[in-house]
This record gives sequence, C-alpha cells and structure tokens, in this order.
Amino acid sequence: MAARAKPKLAVWKFSSCDGCQLTLLDCEDELLAITEEVRISYFLEATRKAEKGPYDVSLVEGSITTPHDIKAIRDVRKNSKVLVSIGACSTAGGIQALRNFASVKDYSRAVYAHPEYLDTLTTSTAISDHVRVDFELRGCPINKHQLLEVLGAFLNGRKPNIPQYSECVECKRNGIVCRMVAKGTPCLGPATQAGCGTLCPGTDRGCYGCFGPAEGANTAALAARLAHLGKDDGEIGRLFRTFNANAEAFRKESQSHG
Amino acid sequence: MPGVDDPKTVTAALDMAGLDALIAALAERGYRVIGPMVADDAVVYDEIASSADLPAGVGDEQDGGRYRLRARGDGALFGYTVAPQGWKRLLHPPRQKMFAARRQDGGFAILPPEPAAAPMAFLGVRACELAAIGIQSRVFGDEAAGDPGYRGRLARSFVVAVECAEAGGTCFCASMGTGPQVEAGFDIRLVELAGHDRHVFLADAGSAKGAEMLSGLNAPPAPEADRAEARRRVSAAAGAMGRTMPAATARRLGEHAEHRRWADIGKRCLSCGNCTMVCPTCFCTTVEDVTDLKGEHAERWRTWDSCFSIDFSYIHGGAIRNEVRSRYRQWITHKLSAWHEQFGTSGCVGCGRCITWCPVGIDITEEVQAIHADGKGR
Repeated sequence: MAARAKPKLAVWKFSSCDGCQLTLLDCEDELLAITEEVRISYFLEATRKAEKGPYDVSLVEGSITTPHDIKAIRDVRKNSKVLVSIGACSTAGGIQALRNFASVKDYSRAVYAHPEYLDTLTTSTAISDHVRVDFELRGCPINKHQLLEVLGAFLNGRKPNIPQYSECVECKRNGIVCRMVAKGTPCLGPATQAGCGTLCPGTDRGCYGCFGPAEGANTAALAARLAHLGKDDGEIGRLFRTFNANAEAFRKESQSHG
Repeated sequence: MPGVDDPKTVTAALDMAGLDALIAALAERGYRVIGPMVADDAVVYDEIASSADLPAGVGDEQDGGRYRLRARGDGALFGYTVAPQGWKRLLHPPRQKMFAARRQDGGFAILPPEPAAAPMAFLGVRACELAAIGIQSRVFGDEAAGDPGYRGRLARSFVVAVECAEAGGTCFCASMGTGPQVEAGFDIRLVELAGHDRHVFLADAGSAKGAEMLSGLNAPPAPEADRAEARRRVSAAAGAMGRTMPAATARRLGEHAEHRRWADIGKRCLSCGNCTMVCPTCFCTTVEDVTDLKGEHAERWRTWDSCFSIDFSYIHGGAIRNEVRSRYRQWITHKLSAWHEQFGTSGCVGCGRCITWCPVGIDITEEVQAIHADGKGR
C-alpha cells in the first residue's frame, strides 16, 4: 500500500484552562501512534514550531469571549477541513459563561484596577455559536478514550461512537450502585451525557454534569426529585449552573430556580 | 445448567460449615463463585470466597427511587431482597467483544477468539431471577439466531437458588407468577432458617449435577418441622407483597396506544434508561466497530443499549421515537404485551428493580393500574 500523506492536525485554544488540550498530551501510550498517523502542524502547548494552514483536522478548545476570538475562530474554520470543538468551554461556553447571567461591567470593576483596558464580550459562548462545527466532543475535561475514538474515526472515515444518552447507562454498565437511589446523593447523571467513565459516581459522589445535557434531558423532572431529596431552590439552580451553565437545557433549568 | 431430570433426593440440612463446604466444593471444581456481598451501600453480586463474605444480618428497604440497607437484628445471610443488578451482567455482559480483525492483503483476517472464561456458580439466585434467566435463555436460545455465548455461559453455570423468606418493598413476583417459591431451573435450592439457636439451610437438588454435589456434602436430612417452617415463610412472603400487576391490561397495552397516561409519564420520566439496564430480562444491545488510529486493527463490540435512547430507534432518515412518552410506551408495551407474541411469556418477572432504581420512582405496576382503572381515557 502506498504511504498516504499524513493529515495535518492543529490544536487551538480560546478562553479555557488548557485541560482539554492536555488530554491529548495525556494520551501517553497512544501519543507516538498519533504522531505516526498525523502531522502535528500547530499545537503551541506541545511545540513552538507552528506550520501554516490549511489543516486537515483542527481541535478547538475554549469559548468565545472577546471580539478578537470571533475573528480568530473564523480564520481557524477557513483553514480547517474538519473542525472538532473539544470540552465544555468550546461546546457550551464553559464555567466562564457564568458571566452570561451577570453584569460583566460590575465584575470587571470588582476585579481589575483598570477595567478600561479590557476588550471583552458580555457573553461566553460555544464555538458552534460562531462557525460551523463538524463534531462536538463534550466534557470538562474531555475523556482521553473519547478523544482517541474521535481522532480514529476521522482518520479512518467512520462515524465516531460517542453516545448521547445519559450517564446512568454508563454507571449501570460499569456496575456502579446508584448514589441517588442508594444514598440520596443529589446527582445530575440522569440528565447528563455519558462519557466521563463514571468518575464521580465511581468515587461515591453525585454527577456534576461535566459532559453537559444528555439528549432530550428532562431537567424539570430531575429538579423536582432533587427538591424531594432536600435541595432548596438556590442549590438546585447552582447544580445546573456550573461548567455547562450555558448549554440550553441546563441554562433554562437554572433560570427557573433561585 | 440445571437439567430437567428429577433426582428425588431427600432435603438435607446444611449448617454453616456445610454451606462453606458447598462454596469450597464449587471453587474446587473450577467455578468462579458469585454471591451476595455488601459493597457501595448495597448488597451486590460479586465474587466470594466463603460464607464470611456474605451479608450477615443485612436487609434492605426498597421503594420507588429509594434503596437503603438495614440491620436485620439476626444473622441471616440471605435476608436482603435482590441486588441492584441481577445475574444478567454475568450471563449477558454489558460489553462483549464479538471479534477482532487485522488488515491483510487488501481485506482483513479474523483473529482467533479469546479462551472462554471460567464457569460460574451463582449463589443466592431468587425465584424471580430464575424466571428471568429462563426468559433470557428463551430470547437467546432461538435455534436459527441464538446467542451461543449466552447459552454456553448458562450451560456451564451451577445455580444455587435461595428462596425468599420475606417480600421486599417493591416486589410483585407473586402477581407475575414467578415466585417467591423456587420450583425449577436450579441445581441446588436452599431455604435459610436463621433462628436464635439454630441456623440451617435446607437443601434440595434440582439436577443430577446438584444431587451429586449435595451427596458429597454428607449433610443430615432436614426434620419435617424445618420443612414446614420453610413452607410457612415462603407463603407469608407471597402474601406480603404490596404491589400487583393487572394482568389483563398488561397483556393488552397495545390497545391503549393513545391513552392520555403516556403524556403524563412523559413529563415524569427522565428517559435515563435505568429501568432497562437493571431489568433482568431486557436484552437489547448495540454493535459498534472500533479501529485503531492506523486502521490496521478493528474490533466489533456488543454493548447494552436501551430503548430509552434516541439513537435506539434511528433508522434511515432519523429516529422514530423522539418523545419520552413514546419511548416509555415502547418499553412497557413490549415488556408486558408484545413479549407474549414474541417469546410466549411476559417480559416482567416482578423483581421490582425498575421501580427501586428509577431515580424518580416511576412504578410500572402503578402505570398499568392507572391505564387499567381508566381504560377508556384515550
């Protein structure tokens, strides 16, 4: 078989903590295999060597929070055959989307001595709110196995196996005893997309919703159950308002509490 | 696998040492012994080494969306109801590799399968669970399109059933005709009598394999008083169940496809899939192909799926059950009605798991009751 030209991979950062990019470096055992299959053309967290586009696959981390971001993401889109947004920031606006529910002006004054130097938007939004996205990989941070699955799928021209059903399915498959039923622990699992590998329920904690809303999440019925378990309205609102606060289902639910 | 032969052995009375001898004999014959144990705030089924691993004095309280362990105040080893998940995850595992292949000469070559795992012995199988195993073996036992994996695992298994002496909070096996008395499908049946002065397990063989195992234990025959007490307990358990399934309506849910109750359930149901995962008869799976980055190695995996996921009904052009109410209706109508046409039995054994482990406590018997009581409400 003739050697195929290695596809060019770029990794981009917008407003984010870098944790999702780090997931790529965390691949460790698979990292050499990745470099055999793709040419890492742009990945500032790994190497200062930066090649010009166009790129075959761009992984985009972070949310859009400044006017500069809006221009930059359009350039990334223009230079990318496939654009995959990775992580809660790029798929929902991230924790920084809490600004969407508050006054950025008040925050800036409280935090910065000279807020007039800031050039920021009043919202933090997902990449798909600004450009076309070929695939959204959820999570805060993303799961390494899911990232490899998405890369493998795009490299081999197949559909990624990334389910959109609830975290409960993953818990049951992994044999986790339900924290909410067996202990009364508040848990967002029934309304959250699977994919984390049952990190929290597997260590005796409820799900915090890091992977965003599951398909057709019934947040209202879950919120009613959380109230039944003793959570007050403010607590319920805050549970839905974390890393995926601006994902539609969670945003609407949090706005109807507290 | 339990055979159909009737060895007509005498009921033996095992003491604690006898129970341990049974566990040891199973292990000695190469079985991986799976039994109840306390883990993660529940009684779960996992690998055990001796009776010391069993949940002594532990019971459970179950209700819609609620499960708690409780101290029984006695030393009963089998005083709980049923574990959060049944034996399904051992006989029909959540993830199974169908095959692996590698790229070769423009095509691909199938790699040799991995060797079969050790046979399993199940200790503490309840009547409802035996019924569920029976139903799944029918589902997977189709001559033309059966599942050799399931059938092989079951055929190589040794089943020690333990009859229930009490009804759990969400049990309704009596109403489904699947329990609580254990009648068939076991190699050995135990009935536990945990009294103040006496702790014995009445043991009967249900197969030649079971009879051979029991005779090796050299246990004395059980006195008639013990056997009478066992009968009294199981019949008390049968009478203590708080839920019933209205059989006729359950059988004909398809006639109520437009009932207003479905919309009402749709508002309460999280569509999370928990009920299908914990159901001991739900058997649906999806098949996924995975490749390595190079595309040189590929594997086909079969994993548990749920009719509560939207992708489950995806056919060319889109999913056909986009609303929660239509997914719940599909699940319960298949389970309670269509299952009869498909497999000659109901798909429900009355174990109550879908009620207990539903995070919002939706009760399958209550939903059918509502449709039953209001049959014309369409």
